[in-house]
Amino acid sequence: MSGLKWTFEVDGNDFTRAGEASSSLKKKLRALGVSPDIIRRVSIALYEGEINMVIHANGGTIDVEMTPDRIDMVLKDTGKGIPDIEQAMQAGWSTAADEVRSLGFGAGMGLPNMKKNTDEMRIESTVGVGTTVYMTIYIS
Amino acid sequence: MTPVEFADKYGLRVIETGCGEERQIEGAYCGDLLSMVMGRAKENDAFVTVMANVNTIAVAVLADVACVILCEGIHFDEMSLSRARQQEVCVLESDEPTFRIALRLGKELGLC
Repeated sequence: MSGLKWTFEVDGNDFTRAGEASSSLKKKLRALGVSPDIIRRVSIALYEGEINMVIHANGGTIDVEMTPDRIDMVLKDTGKGIPDIEQAMQAGWSTAADEVRSLGFGAGMGLPNMKKNTDEMRIESTVGVGTTVYMTIYIS
Repeated sequence: MTPVEFADKYGLRVIETGCGEERQIEGAYCGDLLSMVMGRAKENDAFVTVMANVNTIAVAVLADVACVILCEGIHFDEMSLSRARQQEVCVLESDEPTFRIALRLGKELGLC
C-alpha cells in the first residue's frame, strides 16, 4: 500500500540549516495527528541523520513514507562512506572535526541515537561511493 | 512552575518568551553535547546549557523541552534568537553557572 511521501534535500554546506527536514516533518506529522512520542522519535532520529549528512557527506536526500502502521525514512548521500559500520555504531566513536565538536556535535552519539529511537535501522555504505541509512518506526 | 515564573523568581532574563508563560517545567537536563541532550532530555524539561548556537534551538524544538536556559552570561546570536522566535522556544539567560541554576530547578521540582 502506498502512503504519504515526502522528499527533503539536505544542504551540506550550511550547518545552521541542519534540522530543517526534521522540523518540517515534525509539523506535518503533528498536523496528521501522529502521537507525540512517535513524532519525537522520528524527529530525533531524522535530525541526527541530517547532522551526519552535513558533517560527513556534504548533504544528500531524505525520502520519507508514512503508511497507517509505519514511517520509513531513507537517508542517502554520496559522501566518503563508512569504512567500518560496526565501529561507527559504537557510542563515543567519531571522526568529526573540532569545528563540529565546538558546535555541540561529533560526540559519537549520532548513530546510536538513531538506532535507539527507531524500531529498525540498517546502513549500507561503500567507501568513496556513499551511504544509505534505512530507518523504520512503527506507529501502532 | 512556568519558565517565565522561574525567571521572575530567580532573576533570569527572559530573552524570548515563546511558550514560556504556558508550559510547565516538569524536569531538567543540563548538557552541552547536543546529541546527548537530544537523546536524553525529556519533554517539558528545562534545558540548561552554555552551548549558544542555532543548533541549540533546533535541539530544544525537537526534544520538545519547556525552555532553554543559557548560563554563565553567555548570549545567543541574532540568528539563534530569530529561530527561537519562529519556533516559539522560550529562552532565558542567567549570569549564574549551570550548577547554580540546576540547584534552583531542583529546589522548585522538589528534588533537593
